[in-house]
Amino acid sequence: MRRLTWLAAELVATTAETATARTLRFRVPGWPGHVAGQHVDVRLTADDGYSAQRSYSLAAPAEGDLVELTVENVLDGEVSPYLTEVIEVGDQVEIRGPVGGWFVWRPASTAPVLLVGGGSGIVPLMAMIRTRRQAGSRVPFRLLYSLRDPARRYYAGELRRPDPGLDIAYLYTRAVPEGASRAAGRIMLDDLAEGGWPATFEPDCYVCGPTGFVEAAADLLLALGHAPERIRTERFGPTGG
Amino acid sequence: MNIISRGFRGRRTDAGDRLPPGQYLVEDFPVLSAGPTPQVPTDRWEFAIDTEADQTHRWSWQEFLALPTETPTVDIHCVTKWSKLGTTWEGVSLDVLFEDVESTAEYALIYSYGGYTTNLPLEDLLDGKAWLVHRFDGEELAPRHGGPARLIVPHLYFWKSAKWVNGIRLLNEDWPGFWETAGYHNYGDPWREQRYEGD
Repeated sequence: MRRLTWLAAELVATTAETATARTLRFRVPGWPGHVAGQHVDVRLTADDGYSAQRSYSLAAPAEGDLVELTVENVLDGEVSPYLTEVIEVGDQVEIRGPVGGWFVWRPASTAPVLLVGGGSGIVPLMAMIRTRRQAGSRVPFRLLYSLRDPARRYYAGELRRPDPGLDIAYLYTRAVPEGASRAAGRIMLDDLAEGGWPATFEPDCYVCGPTGFVEAAADLLLALGHAPERIRTERFGPTGG
Repeated sequence: MNIISRGFRGRRTDAGDRLPPGQYLVEDFPVLSAGPTPQVPTDRWEFAIDTEADQTHRWSWQEFLALPTETPTVDIHCVTKWSKLGTTWEGVSLDVLFEDVESTAEYALIYSYGGYTTNLPLEDLLDGKAWLVHRFDGEELAPRHGGPARLIVPHLYFWKSAKWVNGIRLLNEDWPGFWETAGYHNYGDPWREQRYEGD
């Protein structure tokens, strides 16, 4: 039986995604590899032995023993403030994983894919986008990315570069960039009807974000005729930190 | 021996001995599910216990509501690390539902509207350890929290407390459910931190 053990992970690089989120790249000797969409547990231990752990989505396919997480600083959180503000290159944490065998996408899959992300829910979807590109998959992907305003965009530069077969629509809920055709607002039926796939194409739908967003998006997909078993969801609670 | 993370202090809470290892306290009620929330009208709802001898015991919503209820206040522990202390539910003890069920099966597979399943030893459902509940915190149970009715098995990680529950199949052999075949632990005791397969 496979057993998940805690592995030492050393921070080797960080990238600021937004004012409150950053991507952390860890070297994890002994990392077994993972599938896009899976997550890990991160454990922090203080020098007096007190420890805390949380789950974070993997943001990219592994490169050997290098793994990437993107962490949003949760207000009043316990672990995320450390990961976004305190930890420095060379510091160590412990990582256990990969975890989760349901909210995953494998390059061998041939069905069209609809990714619907809200806020930091983009992270496991980005792992799927990067895995597709790395594998040279021609499966058509569509991404609907709901976020408060343009300054909240994760992976902004990378998502601007052309990635043939990947279409992206940004759904801003509070403030839109100049010249945007869609007014600010929460995800609606029209967004999914226009930016998604018709249900008759039988796409695999992955919905990730805060609970209210996921409930709304999954209900709209059902209303558009998508089969419930093709809608995979991952909800981030309002707490989590 | 854990590795020390330089500069980490943490936010310590005083939960006494009520917090299992690796868990943290929340005040709100996070939601976790693998798919869309099923909408189950109570006039079409039913709950069944199917025995290993193909005997089926069924309850309609009205029949379920007519059973004696309890209001357990329990601590719940989600495998994603959050714990919520002192949650109050209202529903029917599974001891009541199993009163007339004849079975020598050792295992139970819970099945839900929407296709979710989870497995556990039958003894973990009996002797005051589990309830089929339809109210939370004095209110009707919201669909996103498992309404019309969900299972509550508070001594195991919360994924065993199936939402939108439709029935229980009794089996002579253990039959791993949805998360149990997706890398999670087969039993899921939070006090032994049985989160994942092999823990």
